[in-house]
Amino acid sequence: MSALTVAVPAEPPRRDITAVLPRADRRLALGLRGAALTSVSVLGLIGLFLLIKAWPALHRAGWGFLTERRWLPDVGRFGIASVLEGTIVIASIALVVALPVAVAVALFISEAAPPRLRSALISVVDLMAAVPSIVYGLWGFFFLQPRLITVSRWIAVHVGGAVPFLSVHDPSTASSFTSSAFIVGVTLSLMVLPIATSVMRQVFAQTPQAEREAAYALGCTRWAMIRGVVLPFGRSGIVGGAMLGLGRALGESISVFIIVSPVFTYTTHPLQSGSNTIAALIVERASESSTFGVAALLAAGLVLFAFTLVVNTVAGIIVARSRSGAATEI
Amino acid sequence: MTAVTVAAPVAPRRVRTRPPLTQLAAPALASAVAAIAAVDVLFRWFLPLTGSLGFWLSAYAAFLLVYAGVVALTTGSREAMKDRVATVVLASAGLLMLTVVVLVVGFTAVRGWGALRHAGFFVHTTAETGPQDPLKSGGIYAAAVGTLEQVLIATLVSVPLALGTALYLSETDGRARKAVRIVVETMTAIPSILAGLFIFAIVILTFGFQRSGLGAALALSVEMLPVVARASDVVLRLVPSGLREASYALGASRWETVKRVVLPTARAGLVTAVLLGIARVVGETAPVLLVAGFTSELNYNPTSGPQLSLPLFVFTYVKFPIDNAITRAFGAAFTLVVIVLVLFVIARVLGNRQPGQRWLRRVR
Repeated sequence: MSALTVAVPAEPPRRDITAVLPRADRRLALGLRGAALTSVSVLGLIGLFLLIKAWPALHRAGWGFLTERRWLPDVGRFGIASVLEGTIVIASIALVVALPVAVAVALFISEAAPPRLRSALISVVDLMAAVPSIVYGLWGFFFLQPRLITVSRWIAVHVGGAVPFLSVHDPSTASSFTSSAFIVGVTLSLMVLPIATSVMRQVFAQTPQAEREAAYALGCTRWAMIRGVVLPFGRSGIVGGAMLGLGRALGESISVFIIVSPVFTYTTHPLQSGSNTIAALIVERASESSTFGVAALLAAGLVLFAFTLVVNTVAGIIVARSRSGAATEI
Repeated sequence: MTAVTVAAPVAPRRVRTRPPLTQLAAPALASAVAAIAAVDVLFRWFLPLTGSLGFWLSAYAAFLLVYAGVVALTTGSREAMKDRVATVVLASAGLLMLTVVVLVVGFTAVRGWGALRHAGFFVHTTAETGPQDPLKSGGIYAAAVGTLEQVLIATLVSVPLALGTALYLSETDGRARKAVRIVVETMTAIPSILAGLFIFAIVILTFGFQRSGLGAALALSVEMLPVVARASDVVLRLVPSGLREASYALGASRWETVKRVVLPTARAGLVTAVLLGIARVVGETAPVLLVAGFTSELNYNPTSGPQLSLPLFVFTYVKFPIDNAITRAFGAAFTLVVIVLVLFVIARVLGNRQPGQRWLRRVR
């Protein structure tokens, strides 16, 4: 027996391969990176400049800025407690009004509407999102308010006795009901509606066909299928859509300013005239404030910035996490 | 030979899983009529709820009850009843939304008609017109000029940046792509008043410039940048990667591929993205309000002096407690709605083309 020797082929020397990009490509990469960096830095700059310019006010007010409800910057008594609370109350009202309608419209578009109506309705939702907010403000003030007052009064008279926060001081005059947080909230719901609807619609539409068909094969009616398959599947879409809508409602300024009658007390009775939000406060005071007053307003803007940033980031994460939302545009 | 008879194939009977529309609509219609009639009677005599909105709310509740009863009686099935009622609720939500859009646009047009019907409304300014003067005098010319210039500058500033960002996201393998996409998405949600405050803090407080149209344009471009970037990113991702790979296989560099393949393929979609960005900012009041300053005079120069724009015009005139001023505000507001509508229709028409359609046609 002879030993079998096999020649092992020597490994060829490694060659390092480096791509030498043409000059135009290097310039392109540089240009695109620069554009992306500039765009991204705008967000940071907004926060930074608000912080720098608001610092004198924040420094003077200290933590009291979050607990003081009055807004008298020139005598040093100012804080966002009441406007922040008003912002949250009004945004919540907008959300409560808009959400059921948004879910229903989204379900109608993705599940029930005939195909031609479907694409028309999608266009209408997009158009509704594009109508300037000042137009909604005018509509809310001149069209909606006189009609909503009757509803406010009915609630205040018939439900207000049992539920104290729905009552008003003097239900006999219309001026008790005008410019209330409720009317602002309903107007804002018009702006929340298209945003929430379009997110929910996209998530609902991604329900797997096989699971729908399985439900039908088990004898479900369409509604039973929607409850059993589409709604559980789209839950994160509903939450995400609601939070994006909330972000819009929190930051809306002009239409709130047109309708609301500003007060610096807590909004405890949403049907009663008078409330305020951070954004409306900024619109109201920006042109007539002293230098220090402007710094105080910028501080309020900084709080709004942080607040909406948190809400929208959480919303984005929720939508992105959903099994369905992988390809969803928000 | 015996004749073989072959049975002509019978078209399979179409199975309807759901009754035809007429059969669905008739009971709904009948229920609606019954509900409206009943509520009308109740309203006249009993119910304390007043006003048209209350009437329609009650009528709708009554309609749902009557319809549920009718379906339950005719089909005898609980499940069928729930299904039909749910369908009607969903459809009425769609109808409600449609009604609101029509009412918003229609109401704005009707209230603004007094100003809009004078042709002078579009060619005069309100420099020498008081709020109480008749609607024949004065108009939105100065505001329209301001809006046009500001939106144009905002487009020039934001579109190159937005397009570059979108190309960075879709055409490079940069490591920061995920982070950039998240930040851009977050930016679309920044309240518009903060865009105004930001430019106010930089341009006016830090650098000490006066209020001007240019500042307003910058505020608008902060608002427009993320909108256009996101829409373009979506469009660019729709460009088939086969086209890119074919271009690379032919030895084209990345720059050549972007210039000759990617951008021309996505052209229609990119135009749509820009139009939607313009539609978004053209009616923005909050950013303009803080930075532009107010004047009723015509100012062609965006770099110096306050400059009026359409949203600012609406905002200013609606605050007067005078009918003529409010009518002017509505006239300007309707002009804004029409601008948005036109931009939107153009964007839809362009957007309905498939990406690459034009390119493929040329090759064939």
